[in-house]
Parts: sequence; structure tokens; C-alpha cells
Amino acid sequence: MTSSRSSPATAGEAEVRARRGKDSRRLRANVQLGQIAVEARSLSCRFGSIQALDGLDLEIQRGEIFGLVGPDGAGKTTTLRILAGLVPPSSGEAHVAGIDVHDPEPLCDRIGYLAQRFALYGDLTVWENVCFFAEVFRVSTRDRDERAVELLAMAGLEPFRGRLADQLSGGMKQKLALTCALIHRPEVLLLDEPTAGVDPISRRDVWRILYRLQAEGLTVVLSTAYLDEAERCSRLALLSLGRVVAVGTPDELRSRHSGTIVEVVLAEATPERLRSARDLARRAQGATGAQLFGDRLHVVMERADQIDTFVAGLREFVTIASATPVTPTVEDVFLQLRAGAAEQIPSPLAGEG
Amino acid sequence: MPAATVEVAELTRRFGDFTAVDALTFSVHRGEVFGFLGPNGSGKTTTIRMLCGILPPSAGVAAVLGHDVVREVDAIKRQIGYMSQRFALYDELTPRENLRFYGGVYGVSGSDLPSRVTGLLDRFDLQAAADRLCGSLPGGVRQRVAFAAAAIHQPEILFLDEPTAAVDPASRRAFWDMIYDTAAGGTTVLVTTHFMDEAEYCHRLALMSRGRLIACDSPAGIKHALGAEMMEVVCDQPARALDFLVDQPWIRSATLVGTRLHVLLRQEGTAERLRATLSAAGTPPHSVAPAAPSLEDAFVALTADAAS
Repeated sequence: MTSSRSSPATAGEAEVRARRGKDSRRLRANVQLGQIAVEARSLSCRFGSIQALDGLDLEIQRGEIFGLVGPDGAGKTTTLRILAGLVPPSSGEAHVAGIDVHDPEPLCDRIGYLAQRFALYGDLTVWENVCFFAEVFRVSTRDRDERAVELLAMAGLEPFRGRLADQLSGGMKQKLALTCALIHRPEVLLLDEPTAGVDPISRRDVWRILYRLQAEGLTVVLSTAYLDEAERCSRLALLSLGRVVAVGTPDELRSRHSGTIVEVVLAEATPERLRSARDLARRAQGATGAQLFGDRLHVVMERADQIDTFVAGLREFVTIASATPVTPTVEDVFLQLRAGAAEQIPSPLAGEG
Repeated sequence: MPAATVEVAELTRRFGDFTAVDALTFSVHRGEVFGFLGPNGSGKTTTIRMLCGILPPSAGVAAVLGHDVVREVDAIKRQIGYMSQRFALYDELTPRENLRFYGGVYGVSGSDLPSRVTGLLDRFDLQAAADRLCGSLPGGVRQRVAFAAAAIHQPEILFLDEPTAAVDPASRRAFWDMIYDTAAGGTTVLVTTHFMDEAEYCHRLALMSRGRLIACDSPAGIKHALGAEMMEVVCDQPARALDFLVDQPWIRSATLVGTRLHVLLRQEGTAERLRATLSAAGTPPHSVAPAAPSLEDAFVALTADAAS
């Protein structure tokens, strides 16, 4: 690609150019080998006065189940919609399965997209819905039949082929929608909060399907606001205010938590006793935070060697049944990163005095 | 024994031939934070609507603060507060104005109202936002204003219907602090949620599935009562291993969480048996270690038990 007869240049420039050439060659090679499934650089997206995305970067490998995690307004849905070619970014670029998202036509064949409110036809049967989506995606009858059998079996929907979609439970609808989104064998599947409000058994079924397809090489990008779902992903990006604040496997993210969390269980806990234990913990030396979870109190200590002194101090005021260190959750990490982020919005939520 | 503020026996609600709530029996104590946990359509909101006196039961009885939900609705309505998922705040009013408005609606007398509004704004850290338009405030702050509005008439019981969907984790924790503070003051709080991690915040939980109560205890109590051993397994090709495990009769439930398998054993299941089965399936485990079951593990196992 690059001209072999380059004009005279300083050693430094040549080096930079060579490196840049190497980088872009490597990138192209990776894309061609299909190692990178999704790539986004400096994505920004503005709707009127709202900056939905503010320089978002992502690199997702083929075969990953990648989670976009963050609260509402963090930019999860906008990111998915841009990757699906439904919304053009205001600036920045993105490629999905090697295709520029500005080119939505060829993108459609390579991706599956399931919006939060997906559109099944309630007055069509399970099988008719599958056939409809197969037709939209121009899947041949033979491919459709082969793929549908496999997917319906995986989803446990085979016995319900003839049932109207409207008469399915919420979890079954979700699995049917997933089947329809996969009927054309996309390389990348984009899911917006795929299991919100779904019963836990169907939810496990959905994840089982995703893990199986992952083993076949499918790449999944999904959004979630909840940490127990995030724990199931192979890698996560924590999003805040339209930016990625951290990326890693759930374990990697947990290891970035500084400090130790100790779980304190009170004997004879009452709402009043729990609350006063929390307030005491918040004022204790070495404690950077304390949160009640029902009848348990989680206290974040700066250092593990401060736990004994802290617990002994707390015992002066309340009866403690147990105090044990616990593993931080992805939510704990998220809160710590957010608290440390310089660009945190000034909000009247601040502090507890 | 603390006094019960809500007592329910065999409470049932049918819509045509569909039973939305099926013979619920439970009680809630004063100052408790009591949660209804279940997926969409499990009957949580229908139950709350019956307890608020909005919807009459088809069968069974329910008493709220000692008043019957059918015959003494007016007495109940004066003493409860309700906050829905789409909190009905007026965007073009400020938090202070919203609180005054709801105070008027709930019949708080004119002379008490200003001090009560100021008290709530102070208590819930809302002074800085008190005179900005609600429409311009972040979701977490609006949620706290809505909570204050539901509490303006100092109700004995607060009903919160999916209150923290869609707010960021920091706001959610701050919101639960408000709930705990309110409960410590003697107010009973009833919350619905379909999120397992949210349910961990409740003192006690009613697990609901298809209109039925499948367990009622503290989150720790529910996990403990499972009486089953949970194993965390690390192995190659975990998705394949899972396929071998789900059909084993000595396994109560199995699921893949990222790269690890969570396997809930029945009595006759042992770690050795698990290791042997995985090895025979061609996916020998790198490790099998006991782990604490999650609320989701408990929910799945108990729902399956209830169905069989």
C-alpha cells in the first residue's frame, strides 16, 4: 500500500511513519482475520443540548461477550444504536465486523440487534415470526429451517412453534426475539438490556444460549444497568457520562478496587441499631465508606490491617455477630472509580456530612 | 414481638380466568423494609394495589394498620404514601413547590406545611436543588424529591413500586440510605423490585412467582434455608460442561457466570461426584470450591421446587 520510494525525510519522521504504517497494517490484518469484531474511536454523539457520547473508545475481540455497564444516561443505548448503524455518530468512527457504521446496508447482514422494546408480531405464531425475520434478512428456506431448528431447540421453544407470540410468557418472548435476531447468523449480536424484567430461569436460558453461540465464535455486545448481569460477561466497559471509565474482565475490575471491604453482621439487628452502626462506621478511622444491605453492613477500609481495630471499636457500641472480609463487586469498583473521576457532575447528592 | 402493620391471609386476585395473586399469606412489622421480589407479571404490583385499597381482592383478607382493605379504605389512604416507578413530579415546578403541592393534596394543614417542606428538604439533602425546576434535575435527585413527596404527610407506611430502576449506583445507595433512615423512624416501607441485587437491601423479602409466595424471609435466611451446597467450578469449555451438568438428578441447578460454573448440589451431590462427572464429560475441572449461593440461585431453585 505505502509507496516504497519515499521522499527524503528525517530519521524521526520516517520512524513515525513506519510505526504508523505498521500499526495500521496490523489493524487491517486483525480486522481481516476477524479478530477485532467491534472498534470505535472517539465516538461522540449529541442530541440537541445532550451530549450522549463524549469520545468513547472500544475494541472488542471476536468471540467476546462484552458488557456495556452504567446507569441510565451513561450512553449504553446510544453506543449500541451507533454500532447497529441506526444513528450516525456526530464525530468519530466505528467498524463492526469490519464494516463502517456509516454504511448501514451491508452492516445489516452481519449484525443482529435487539432493542429494549423489541418488535415481535403478537398475532403471528412463534414459527411465523421466525419465518418473517428470515425473509427480512433474505435467508434461504433451507438455511432458515436448519438454523431455526437449532435455535428453537436451544431456546426450549420447539414445543411452542404453533403458539401465538402474544400468548408466550415474558421470558419466552425474549427468547423468541433472540432467535429472530440470530436467524441470519450474524457475526455480531447487539443486545440492549436483554433480560430486564425477565424471570430468572428464562434469564439463565438466555445466557446459556449466548455462551453456546460464543463458543461458535459469535461476538455479543450487550448493555446492562445491573451488576449481577455484568458479572456474566467476559469483559466489561464501565460507562459514565458518555465515556469509558474502565475496561477489563470482571476479575480485573475487582482487582482495581483499593481497600478492603468488611461485612459486619449485628446480633439482634433492628433498623435503628443498623443505622447507628452505619453512622459510627462512616466516622471511624480508616473507613472510607459504609453501606447497609438489609441486615448487613459493608464497610470499606483503606487497609486490611485496620479491620481489627475498627471492629473492636464498633463492638463498644453494638453487638457484632460476625465481621468478615468480602470480595468487592463490580458496583463497588464502579462507585470508587466514579468518585475519583475529576469530571464528576456537581450534584446536590454529595456526601453524608 | 413487634406489632404487625400489614397482615394478609389467603389474599387472592383474579382477572377473568387468570389468577394474578394466588392465596398470599404474610405479615410485615412496623419499621421493616419489606421487599416483593419477582419477575414482571409475578403479582407484585397487584398485591401492592390491593394493600393500598385501589383494587379489591377476589378472596382472602388483608388488614393495613388494623384496617380492612375493602371496608376501611379511607382510613388506610390517609396513612399511607405511594411512590411509583414513574414518579409523578411536575417538571415545571421546583422541588419545594412540588412538596407544597403534594402536602396540599394529602391535606397537610397550611400552617404546618412550610416547616414540614423545609424539614424534608434538609433531611434528604435537597436544599441545593430546592428552587431549581424539577425537569432540569438529575434522575437521582428527582427520585429523592419523589420520595419526600410521598412522605410529606408523615405516613405510617410507604409503598415504593420499582423505585430505583434507572438511577446510577451512587444515587441508588443514597436512596437506600433515605429508606433506612425513614424506617428507623418507625415508618414501614414496602418495596417491589425485579432486581436480585436490589432485593439484597431489604430486611425481609417475599419471593413471588406466578402470583404465589415461594419464600418469605431475610435475604440471608432465604439463602440459608436452601440447605443446598453451592460449588464454584473453573474448567475449560464451561458452556459444554454446563450441558452435561444441567440434567444430572443430583444437581439442583447450574449456571455459567462468566467463566465459572455455579452448581447448586442436592443432598446426594458431592464435590467428588462433580469432579468425576466433569472429568468423564471431557472437561476436567481446574478447581471446585464451595461458594455462597446468590439470591438468584435461591430464586431459581425455589421456583423450580414450587413448580414440581
